[in-house]
Amino acid sequence: MIHSNSVPVLTVQGLRASINGTEILKGIDLTVKSGEIHAIMGLNGSGKSTFAKVLAGHSAYEVTGGSVQFEGKDLLELPPEERARAGLFLAFQYPIEIPGVANTQFLRLAYNTVQTQRGREELDPLEFDDFVREKMKLLDMKSDFLDRSVNEGFSGGEKKRNEILQMALLEPKLSILDETDSGLDIDALKIVAQGVNQIANKDNAMILVTHYQRLLDYIVPDYVHVMQAGRIVMTGGKELALELETRGYDWITENKSSTTGAIA
Amino acid sequence: MSAVLQSLVNQPYKHGFVTDIESDVAPKGLNEEIIRLISAKKNEPEWLLAFRLKAYQKWLTMAEPEWQNVRYPKIDFQDISYYSAPKPKKKLASMDEVDPELLRTFEKLGVPMHERAALAGVAVDVIFDSVSVTTTYKQKLAEVGIIFCSISEAVHTHPELIQKYLGTVVPVGDNYFAALNSAVFTDGSFCFIPKGVKCPMDLSTYFRINTEGSGQFERTLIIAEEDASVSYLEGCTAPRFDTNQLHAAVVELIALDNADIKYSTVQNWYAGDEKGIGGIYNFVTKRGLAKGVNSRISWTQVETGSAITWKYPSCILRGENSVGEFYSVAVTNNYQQADTGTKMIHIGKNTRSTIISKGISAGHSNSSYRGLVRVAPTAEGARNYSQCDSMLIGDQCGAHTFPYIQVHNNSAQVEHEASTSKIGEDQLFYFSQRGIGAEEAVSMIINGFCKDVFQQLPMEFAVEATKLLSFKLEGSVG
Ligand SMILES: Nc1ncnc2c1ncn2[C@@H]1O[C@H](COP(=O)(O)OP(=O)(O)OP(=O)(O)O)[C@@H](O)[C@H]1O
Ligand SMILES: [Mg+2]
Repeated sequence: MIHSNSVPVLTVQGLRASINGTEILKGIDLTVKSGEIHAIMGLNGSGKSTFAKVLAGHSAYEVTGGSVQFEGKDLLELPPEERARAGLFLAFQYPIEIPGVANTQFLRLAYNTVQTQRGREELDPLEFDDFVREKMKLLDMKSDFLDRSVNEGFSGGEKKRNEILQMALLEPKLSILDETDSGLDIDALKIVAQGVNQIANKDNAMILVTHYQRLLDYIVPDYVHVMQAGRIVMTGGKELALELETRGYDWITENKSSTTGAIA
Repeated sequence: MSAVLQSLVNQPYKHGFVTDIESDVAPKGLNEEIIRLISAKKNEPEWLLAFRLKAYQKWLTMAEPEWQNVRYPKIDFQDISYYSAPKPKKKLASMDEVDPELLRTFEKLGVPMHERAALAGVAVDVIFDSVSVTTTYKQKLAEVGIIFCSISEAVHTHPELIQKYLGTVVPVGDNYFAALNSAVFTDGSFCFIPKGVKCPMDLSTYFRINTEGSGQFERTLIIAEEDASVSYLEGCTAPRFDTNQLHAAVVELIALDNADIKYSTVQNWYAGDEKGIGGIYNFVTKRGLAKGVNSRISWTQVETGSAITWKYPSCILRGENSVGEFYSVAVTNNYQQADTGTKMIHIGKNTRSTIISKGISAGHSNSSYRGLVRVAPTAEGARNYSQCDSMLIGDQCGAHTFPYIQVHNNSAQVEHEASTSKIGEDQLFYFSQRGIGAEEAVSMIINGFCKDVFQQLPMEFAVEATKLLSFKLEGSVG
């Protein structure tokens, strides 16, 4: 929801990044204000995940130009863990498995780290257990997830729910959901969308990366952006997603990118 | 940390000869004369000299092993001095004199302040009443009839036990390094738990009187009589330096009917610098004989140090229903090399063994697991379970597994599982995206990986071992 008094959470200007010498992001501009929900759509390989990972600070990518302000800080200056502690959250497209590390232990450490950063009390294992079980109910997750290793042997949909659980625990300022809807059955999609809607409020913001209009039926975006070859080439309201669904991406050419400037 | 007592037990020998010959160092080289000299200096009985000479004769006929997966320059055995009288450590007057690198290490390991002083060799008489601690300890053990002292002391106070058991598990000519040790060993621990006694506390090397000077060729002998049990701790997480590069220890354990010996080691010898210069060569022969029915021998080791580790704590399961266990974590970083594992020799009926080995390699290091499971024709119903997991950190290091399985009885069940995993950039990114830094992430992954072994360690040791591992791997990622 757009609020009249909302402030920018994220300001990206002319962001360029490459991996192994290949430029993937070729000048991205995007402003996200508190209370807003943005959707980014685009063809496979257009650079959506790259954008998300560059914002989160993945070391494999080299930023070659542009700037990113996050909550008034120079985001690109911070190591990834400090970006996270500052309130940036990325729900991964492909959450990685971490054998041997119990999910509950991992979740608690992440939670306490962020709590400490915010000057709040840490929770001991018992307190945390109560707390996390409450959150899991919202996402209709079975409690045996806690004792299993992080993401190990989780089904695709279970991994995605585990990501949303982490988002619910960490209460981020900006959440980037990279195709969280892919691989979810309809029931799971509704549950996840419900979870996201409960978390979204006027003080935080979300970027949803998705291929499907379907998700946007449940989580209504304020803006829809189209990414193409490492740039945002078009921006519109929620109806743009519908149009993309029926017409595909062919009709969009780079010269329509003028709309981007109006928003950013 | 029990290691706190290390320095306070480093008191001059009571037997008198030490102070007389304080500056005494034997000329370099190994020959019969030198062995006679060692034996004479230690005032040993004739039979022990004979034992040493026999070992020396064997050693002369043997060749240094080359099958292990480690590389090092040829050792010149004639360029080593085989005897130097134990000298009291020079005490430092204050913490200001301690090597700052060492202090940093203590801090990282979370060693309490007063213990740091003790470990660094600063005089701590003010902080500790050393005499009373060790005396209370000794008294408690004596009350139940346990003998725990240096092996040189035991040679004089309990010659019959030493003569009966020394070299019965690891014969003098067992292997090249064991033969060398048998010929020239200087000191080590002796531990005897009489029939029916459950040792009331963990026995730690740090409580042993006269540990001084037992370093290079250490000899340990532990005997648990019928229905006795003991848990023995060797080593400590604090780094151990030594000017002698070659170390060749022998440890023998003997468990009689229903006896139980648990031997835990945390090894943190100097490993050389980050370029691989210096560091200890550690060639160890450790073997336990589960001689009696229902006896149990359990080895737990956390190997983090040494430039080269060559070590296979083994169990000979002779008694019916006897049990052998081997739990190991071996960490190598920089240019360290470790070739370690175990041998489980099943001879008695219904003998069982478990092998859990976790190898962690980082930097340019190399770690090999080498394990033998042999089931003799007599070992009806024998069972073994082996699990060997390797973890790689970075892509310059290596891990290798060499399982040898020899089954000569059809009723035996032998199971072997192995896995290799890697701490990857994407795993660390996942942690950091949740606010968790690389070091904490690695420590979490490693602890998960080593859980099955750490839970075998006495509580205190386990906590220290966890910290030690994180410390050892510091800077190996990111
Ligand atoms: N290590 C690499 N070396 C070279 N190119 C890479 C590397 N990693 C990613 N790319 C390329 O970067 C481009 C963008 O990838 P990215 O994952 O950001 O796309 P995406 O928009 O998220 O696609 P999808 O919708 O399929 O998830 C792709 O063409 C991909 O092949
Ligand atoms: Mg993607």
